[in-house]
Amino acid sequence: MQALVDISLAIPRGQVTALVGDNGAGKTAMIKTISGIWPPDGGQVVWDGRVVHMHSPKEATALGITTVYQDLALCDNLDIVQNMFLGHEPLRFGTLDEITMELTARQTLDLLAVTTVRSIRQPVASLSGGQRQTVAVARAVMAHSKLVILDEPTAALGVAQTAMVLGLVKRLAEQGVTVLMVSHNLNDVFEVADRLVILHLGHLVVTGPASDFDRQLAVEYMTTGRAQRASTAPASA
Amino acid sequence: MTTTSGGPKAGREEDSRPSPANATDQEQLTEAAALEAALAVDPSLLASSVGEYMRAWWKRVRGGDTGVLPIVVGLVAIVIIFQVQNSLFLSSGNITNLFIQASVFVLFGMAEVFVLLLGEIDLSVGYVAGVGAVVVALLVGPVGLPWIVAVMAGLAATTAIGIVQGTLVTRLHLPSFVVTLSGLLFFEGAMIWMVDTFSPTTGGVITVTNPVIADLVNGNMTAIEGWITLLVVFVAYAAITVRRESRRRSQGLTAPPARLTVIRLALVLLAGVLLVLIFNSTRGPGVGFSGLPPVIPAILVVLVAFTFLLSSTRFGRYVYAIGGNAEAARRAGVNLALTRTAAFALSGFTAGLAGIVYESRLESISTDIDGGTYVLYAVAAAVIGGASLFGGRGKPVHALLGGVVIAAIYNGMGLLGLAAAIQYMVTALVLLAALTVDRVARRGRAFRSADG
Repeated sequence: MQALVDISLAIPRGQVTALVGDNGAGKTAMIKTISGIWPPDGGQVVWDGRVVHMHSPKEATALGITTVYQDLALCDNLDIVQNMFLGHEPLRFGTLDEITMELTARQTLDLLAVTTVRSIRQPVASLSGGQRQTVAVARAVMAHSKLVILDEPTAALGVAQTAMVLGLVKRLAEQGVTVLMVSHNLNDVFEVADRLVILHLGHLVVTGPASDFDRQLAVEYMTTGRAQRASTAPASA
Repeated sequence: MTTTSGGPKAGREEDSRPSPANATDQEQLTEAAALEAALAVDPSLLASSVGEYMRAWWKRVRGGDTGVLPIVVGLVAIVIIFQVQNSLFLSSGNITNLFIQASVFVLFGMAEVFVLLLGEIDLSVGYVAGVGAVVVALLVGPVGLPWIVAVMAGLAATTAIGIVQGTLVTRLHLPSFVVTLSGLLFFEGAMIWMVDTFSPTTGGVITVTNPVIADLVNGNMTAIEGWITLLVVFVAYAAITVRRESRRRSQGLTAPPARLTVIRLALVLLAGVLLVLIFNSTRGPGVGFSGLPPVIPAILVVLVAFTFLLSSTRFGRYVYAIGGNAEAARRAGVNLALTRTAAFALSGFTAGLAGIVYESRLESISTDIDGGTYVLYAVAAAVIGGASLFGGRGKPVHALLGGVVIAAIYNGMGLLGLAAAIQYMVTALVLLAALTVDRVARRGRAFRSADG
C-alpha cells in the first residue's frame, strides 16, 4: 500500500506553507517523510539546492528541519528553559551553564514576542496549551532550524490560545524561518498561510498561493480531489 | 483576541467556538494561570524582599506545593511526642545515636532516589548492600587487603550489579520491578553463598576488625576536628551559594534577595553549630566519649556530590527529563538506555555505601541482614522525604529528611521499649500519612487551577 503517490512539492523559503487535506489524505505521511521518520521509497528531496537523503529524524534535525508534534514532547516536570535546551545544553566547566541557557531562552522568547509567561523558570506543567506550543516552537527556533514543521498546532486550543499560536507562526516566518503547517482548520490556514498544498488520498491535487483559494474551493479539493469551478482554480500541480 | 494567557491546561479543554461566556472564562483562566505560575516558580526568584518571599512561599504552600514543609512539621511532631514520653530522646547521646541510625536509611533512600526519578524501582538495594558489605569484609579480613582496596572492590561489585540490572531493564525492556525482585532473591542467595564458601567456620557472620572501617561510624573526631569540619563545610556552602547568586545578578537575572540568602546561611550555620555542640558533648553519664562520628560528614559529602550530579550535569537533567516524559527526552536526542543504566549503576553504588556503613556500625556483617525490610525503608525514606514514585520529582535531600524521620521513629520506639511489631506498624502509618498529605495537597491544587 502506498500512502503517498507521485508527489512533487516545493516549500518556498521564509513562507508559511499549509498542508491540508481530509483524514487519510497523507498529511502525516508527508511530514514523516520530510522529517526523516519514514524515508521515501522513491524520488528525491532537494534541500538548499542539493539532493539529501534523510534516514532518521536526527539527520533531518542536522539539516535544520525540526518537527513540532501535536503531542508536543515537552517534559512537564522541567521548566521552560530546561525544556528549550533539552538534549543540547551548553556546558561551562563540564556543568550546565544555566545563565547562558536562561539568557538565550529569554532572547528567543522575546524574538517571538512571547510575553505571557510570568517566569521562564516555571515548569511547563503550569502552562496553558498555547504557551506549551510556544515553548515547543521556541525550542525549534533556538536550534537554528530553517524549516519548522508544525503538526496541527492549533488543535484542541481555545480561541485566545489559537490566536496566540497563529501570531507565533507569523513571527516565525518574519524571522526568515520556513514553516510547513499541517492543519484541519481552514480558518487558521487562511489566516497565516502564504501557500496552500492540498492532498487527497495520497495524491497532491493542487498547490498555489493562498490568495488564489477561497474556503469553498479548498473544501471541494479536500473532499473530492477536484474542483467544479475549474476556471477559477489555480494551476494544478 | 490578543495573546491573553489562558488557564493552565484548561485552555486545551476549551471549546474552540466563540461564545459569549468565553470572555469571562478567559479572565478567570488568566487569574488561574497567574496563580498557577506563582505556585510553580520558586518564590525566591519572584520576591525582591524577605517579606515578599514569605508571602510567595505561603501562597505556594496553600496552593498545594508544600515542598518539605509537611516532613519538617512531621519530624518536629515526632520529636515532641517522643521527648514527652521519654526525656532521654533529646539527650546528646541519643541524638548522636539517632543520626548514626539514620545514616543507613539515608544512603538506602538516596540509592532509591536515582531509580525513582526515572519512574522505576529498585527492590534489590538491601541485599546488594549485603553483597557489597560481605565483599569488603572478606577482602579486608580473611584476604587481608588494605581497607581502601576492599572498599573500592565492594563498591565496584555493587555498581556492576546495578549495571547488569539496568541493562536488563533498558536493553531487554524488562520491568524494573521484576528484574530487581529477582535481584532481591538472587543477591540474598549470593551473599549467603559467599559467606558459607569463603568463611565457612564463622557461623554466617564475618567480623570487621579493620579500624578505619569500624571507626567510620563508631569512631569519634576530636572537638577541634568537629569544628574544623563544620567550618570547611559551611564556608564551601556559603561560597558556592553567594557566587552563584552574584553571577545571576551580574547577568541581570532574577536571584533571591540578598537578605534572604544571609538568613538562610545563618540558619544553616546555627544548625551546624548546634549539631557539633551536641556531638562534642559527653554522651550521658559514665559513657565518657564524645565527638562527631566521621559518618556524618561522609554522608554530607555524598549528599553534596549527588545533588550536584542531579542538578548541575547533563546526566542529572536527563534523569529528570526521562522521569517526566521519556518520549520527549528521546526526541530531544537523549540516550535513554545509557542514562537509565547509569542511574541503576548509581543506585547499586549507593547501596554499596549503605552496606559499608551498616557493617561499620555493627563491626561485622551477618547473613541475617534483613535486606527485604531495608529496601522497604529505602523506598519509604525517599517517598516520605518527598520523592515521587512515578518519576520526575525527588532530590537526594529528600532521602536525607525521610531517612531521619524513619530513624527518629525507630529510635524513639526503641527508647520507649516498644516491640518491633509496633515499630513496623507505626512506620507504615507514617509512610501512608506522608503520601496522604502529598496527595491531598496536590488535589487541592488541581481543583484551584480548574484542571479538567
